[in-house]
Amino acid sequence: MMLSVSNLHASVDGKEILKGLTLAVPAGEVHAIMGPNGAGKSTLSYVLTGRDGYEVTQGSATLDGEDLLALAPDERAARGVFLSFQYPLEIPGVPALTFIRTALNAQRRARGQAEITAPEFLKLARAKSADLKIDFDMLKRALNVGFSGGEKKRMEILQMAMLSPRFLILDETDSGLDIDALRIVSDGVNALRSPERAMLVITHYQRLLDYIKPDRVHVLAGGRIVASGGPELAHELEKNGYEQYEKAA
Amino acid sequence: MAAVKQTVEHVESLEKYKHGFVTDIEQDFAPKGLNADIVRFISAKKNEPDWMLAWRLDAFERWQAMEEPSWAKVNFPRIDYQDSYYYAAPKEKVGLKSLDEVDPDILETYKKLGIPLREQEVLAGVVGAPRYAVDAVFDSVSVVTTFKKELAQVGVIFCSMSEAIREHPELVRKYLGSVVPVSDNYFACLNAAVFSDGSFVYVPPGVRCPMELSTYFRINAENSGQFERTLIIADAGAYVSYLEGCTAPMRDENQLHAAVVELVVLDDAEIKYSTVQNWYPGDPQTGKGGIYNFVTKRADCRGDRSKVSWTQVETGSAITWKYPSCVLRGEGSSGEFYSIAITNGRQQADTGTKMIHLGANTRSRIISKGISAGKSSNTYRGLVSAHPKAKGARNFTQCDSLLIGKHCAAHTVPYIEARNGQAKFEHEATTTRLSEDQLFYVMQRGLSQEEAVQLLVNGFVKDVLQELPMEFAVEAQKLVAISLEGSVG
Repeated sequence: MMLSVSNLHASVDGKEILKGLTLAVPAGEVHAIMGPNGAGKSTLSYVLTGRDGYEVTQGSATLDGEDLLALAPDERAARGVFLSFQYPLEIPGVPALTFIRTALNAQRRARGQAEITAPEFLKLARAKSADLKIDFDMLKRALNVGFSGGEKKRMEILQMAMLSPRFLILDETDSGLDIDALRIVSDGVNALRSPERAMLVITHYQRLLDYIKPDRVHVLAGGRIVASGGPELAHELEKNGYEQYEKAA
Repeated sequence: MAAVKQTVEHVESLEKYKHGFVTDIEQDFAPKGLNADIVRFISAKKNEPDWMLAWRLDAFERWQAMEEPSWAKVNFPRIDYQDSYYYAAPKEKVGLKSLDEVDPDILETYKKLGIPLREQEVLAGVVGAPRYAVDAVFDSVSVVTTFKKELAQVGVIFCSMSEAIREHPELVRKYLGSVVPVSDNYFACLNAAVFSDGSFVYVPPGVRCPMELSTYFRINAENSGQFERTLIIADAGAYVSYLEGCTAPMRDENQLHAAVVELVVLDDAEIKYSTVQNWYPGDPQTGKGGIYNFVTKRADCRGDRSKVSWTQVETGSAITWKYPSCVLRGEGSSGEFYSIAITNGRQQADTGTKMIHLGANTRSRIISKGISAGKSSNTYRGLVSAHPKAKGARNFTQCDSLLIGKHCAAHTVPYIEARNGQAKFEHEATTTRLSEDQLFYVMQRGLSQEEAVQLLVNGFVKDVLQELPMEFAVEAQKLVAISLEGSVG
C-alpha cells in the first residue's frame, strides 16, 4: 500500500477535526475525497504534508510503510509527497524558475542525488510549460505575484510535473478554473498518472472527476470516511447531496 | 506561529558573528579623554599642516557648544565622551614603503576577513576575475592602499586621508567640509575635530576609474572610537564605484563609530557608493556591547546631470543612525538610495535618506527594505524636498518592512516637502509579517525551514541586492544569509 492512514485523529487549536479517519491508496490509483464544507478535507491534506498547528493526537499515516508523521514537511516533500494548494501563495521577488529549481535541488540533495544542471533544467521547464500552455516568459516573473486564479493553478501543476512526486494531493484544484483551464490542468494531471504514482483528489464537485477519472471515491464527513465506492458514488453524491452522510457521521 | 517561533529561537541561539576576534598587536594610544590637547596630539601624530590643526580646533570649539541629538528612535545610555581613546594606531616603523613592512599580524587580520591586500594575491586569482583596489583602515590609521600605481597612471588619486592632507592640500582644502560643514551636526562636528584617517579619492575629468575602489574599516582597539573621514571627488564626466566594509571584535562595552563621508560630483560625473556594514551588533540576548554607528554621509551633486547612487546593506551595529543623502543642486542631476537594513536581537536602527531637490528637473529614487527580527527596532526615516527652483523634480519612494516574530518593531517616518507646484513625488510603503502560510508553502516544496526563510527574505530584498556591484552582490547575499541563519532565520 502506498498511502496508509489508520484511525487518524487530528486537532487544530484544540478542536478535533479528524476523528478516526482510515484510508488506503495503492500505487497506480487515483482516489477522490468528496465531502461537505468543514468535513476536514483540507485538514487531511495539511496533516499529510506536516503543516504546523495541525496536531495528530492518535492514529498513523505511512507512505510505503514509512511513518510520515515523524517527518518534517521538507522531508516528506523529498519522499515524493506533493500538495497542490487550494490557494497557492505569492512569493514576491523570487522568479518561478528560481523557485522551482531551488525546490528541485533541495529535494535532490535530500535524496543524495546530484543537482540538476542549468541546461537540463531549462530544457525540462520549456517542455513542461509548453504542455501546460504556460508562456515561458511568465516563469521569469515572481511566482504567483499578480497571476490570475487559473494561472496559479496551472503553476501548481507545472511544479508538480517538474518535481515529479510519487504521491500527489490535489486540494480543490478545480476551484477558480474556467472550462478551458480545467481541461488543460486535468490533462496535465492525467499525464502524471502512472503505475508508480498515486493521487488523492480532494473536491467538492463531481465536475473535476469527469476529467480526472478516479478509481475509488470516498465520502469524508464529520472527520471520518463514511462511505467508499467506485466512480458511480460521485454521481450519486451529485444527485442526492451529502445530507444523508452528514447525518450518519 | 510555531514554525516562525522556532525559526526565531533557532536564529537567536546561533553564534553568528564571525568577525569578533581581536588582533594582539602593539598600539599607540592618545591619552584617554577629549580636550584641545588631544586634538593637537592627533594632528601632530599625523604631521598635519597648521591649517588642518586650525580647522580641527575650530570644530572642537563648536562641538563643545552643541548638544547630542535625541530625535532618533533609538535608546542608549548617555555616552561619556571622556571615557574613550580618540587615537589608536598600530605601532609602525615610520614611512612604510611597501606591504612587506606592514605588521604581519595586521596582514593576517585582513586575510582572515577575506580582504586581499597583496596585489600579487589579487592578480594571482582567476584570469578575468574582478580586481579592486583596497584602502585598509585599522583603528585610527590607514595601513595600506593597494593598486596606487596603476590608478595613478590614469590620474586617479586613491590614498588615505592623512596622505591626501600632506600630498594634495589644494584638493583637500577646496573640498573638505564643503558637503558636510564642520558644525552640520553633533557627531559630524566631533568627527571634524578628531577624525583620524579615512580614504581620499579624486577622479580627474573624463576618467572612468578602471577598477572598483574599496575601503575596509576595522575597529580593533578596546575603548576606542573610530572617526574616519572619506572624501570622494568625481570631476566633470568622471565615474567611480566605491565600496566600504566594516567589522569589529566582540566586546562588552559600546564603541562609537562616528564617520563622515562627503561626495562631490561635478558636471556629468557619477559616483556609486556601496556599503556593507557588519560591525559587531552586541549580545543578542542582553544587548550588551556593540558598535554605535552614528554616521553622516552626504553627496553634493554640484554639476549638471551629475549622478549619485548610495547602496547599503546594514546588518551590524548595536545602534545605526545614518541617512546617506543627496543634495541635487545641478540641473538634471539624480540621486538614488537602495537600502537593506536587518536588525535582530536588541539591535536598533534608525536609517534612511534625504533627497534635497534644489535644481530643475532633478530626479531621485528610494528603495528601502527593512527586516526586523528578535526584539529589535527598525525605523526608516526619510526626507524628500523640492525647493522653489526645483521645477519638474521627481521622486519615487518605496519603503517595505518585513517583520519576523512578534517582538520586533518596524517604523516608517517619511517627510515630504514640495515647495513648488511642479514637483512630482510618489511614496509607497508596505509592512508585512513573514507569513506562516508562505513558509509552509515553500517547505512543502522541499526546502528546510532555514532555506525557506532565506528564499523569502532574498526575494524581499532582491531589488536592492541587484544594485550592488556584481562581485559584492554575492558577498552581500551571503551576509544576508548569515544574518538570516543568525538573525532572521
